[in-house]
Amino acid sequence: MIIILILVILLVIAFIAIYNRLVVKRMRVKNGWAQIDVQLKRRYDLIPNLVETVKGYAKHEKEVFEKVAELRSRAMGAQSPKEAAEANNMLTSTLKTLFAVAENYPQLKANENFLKLQEELTATENKISFARQFYNDVVMDYNATIQKFPQTVVASMFNFKPREFFEAPEEERTTVPKVKF
Amino acid sequence: MRETLYDLIGANKRKTFLFIIVTSLFLGAIGYVVVQYLHWGIVGYVFFAVFIVIYNIVLYYNSDKLALRATGSVPADPVEFRMLHNVVEEISIAAGTPKPKVYITPSPAPNAFATGRNPENASIAVTTGLLEILNRQELQGVVAHEMAHIKNYDILLMTVVSAIGGLIILLRDFFLRSMLFGGRRRSRKTGGQLGLILLVIGIVLAIIAPLFVALIRAAISRQREYLADASGAYITRYPEGLAQALAKLRDQYVPLKRASQSNAHLFIASPFGKDRANAAGLFSTHPPLDKRIGRLTDLVI
Repeated sequence: MIIILILVILLVIAFIAIYNRLVVKRMRVKNGWAQIDVQLKRRYDLIPNLVETVKGYAKHEKEVFEKVAELRSRAMGAQSPKEAAEANNMLTSTLKTLFAVAENYPQLKANENFLKLQEELTATENKISFARQFYNDVVMDYNATIQKFPQTVVASMFNFKPREFFEAPEEERTTVPKVKF
Repeated sequence: MRETLYDLIGANKRKTFLFIIVTSLFLGAIGYVVVQYLHWGIVGYVFFAVFIVIYNIVLYYNSDKLALRATGSVPADPVEFRMLHNVVEEISIAAGTPKPKVYITPSPAPNAFATGRNPENASIAVTTGLLEILNRQELQGVVAHEMAHIKNYDILLMTVVSAIGGLIILLRDFFLRSMLFGGRRRSRKTGGQLGLILLVIGIVLAIIAPLFVALIRAAISRQREYLADASGAYITRYPEGLAQALAKLRDQYVPLKRASQSNAHLFIASPFGKDRANAAGLFSTHPPLDKRIGRLTDLVI
């Protein structure tokens, strides 16, 4: 009788411990995503300023401006990490084109406001990729945990679902260096 | 990997604790001798006990300020040093720690250090000379190395040890001086005895001070620099950045004037000329830069 009682108590303790660990890990995933989200929003805010500054010197490059604007609104409307990742990766490569275009305008390159925006966007771009790296690490840890044996029982009872990764752009998977415009 | 890092953090915290205990015992012994020979009685003991407790609390909360003040570092202006602030923020996102405070050390010597008691209360200082010669990615590498020291709790141990080292040197000077000048004013009856005691303490401290410096070298072993290089590279996933930065530190050497024996181990590269590039002496604080660069280049992440 007493043995059964002790076993039950031990089981309940183990159950609570596992549940709490899962909650902590899910929290980390949420925080990781919040980090990315903050940086993405910062980038959406910087882009109109940048486009305005570049427009002042390079009026003819309409195509690039339009593409940037379109991708920006698409990225802002993304619903899931996967969608956001796709739209933002395209936005990154279009921004690279924009900075490549700027290379052709010496006056623009000397503009102080442009230089400031360039530094801010570089920093934001790096923060996004570092935040993504951190987020993917915690997602991997979380997803692995909810599939392991005793944890998976608790996970399915309380509806802990695997999370999506924030995929890196194609070229960054092979070459490690962070973006530099 | 994970396990060993946590072990290391535990070991660092234990060592810090041990250092504080040993210093307290040491201070206690000095206090006992002084109280005994000055016949202050029970009040003297209480006074010394309170002093030791307060000293430890002040040390724990202010060791970072000591290191920053000793090197003449000032808070980095967020507008003027925008890029540095950005880089530190990027790296703290990658490491998953709060952003440390950013300081500038006005010196042409390219170098950097981190200090503080935990990741929530940490500071990173870089010299103006470092900012001049490094590009953005190299700066990321250096900041990531310092961030690794912060995450591994190397900084607490390092700063406590350097503060205690400073105190021992201060005490040694105090006792040796009071032995020289104090003798004249003391009454003849106790003067000879007290003078002798102070002389003995002074000589013991004079012997202990260099030994203590050696102890610092042992505690903050050169292995730790390799480890910070490797975990720094893991944070950025780009070892070349730090490797290039270290190569520049090797080639463009300027001595750092405000560094001393008691805080040399804080810096990313030895602030003194000797044993920088290839020869590591028994008492050097850092492994040779050539070896560190070699290890980084061989690193597979």
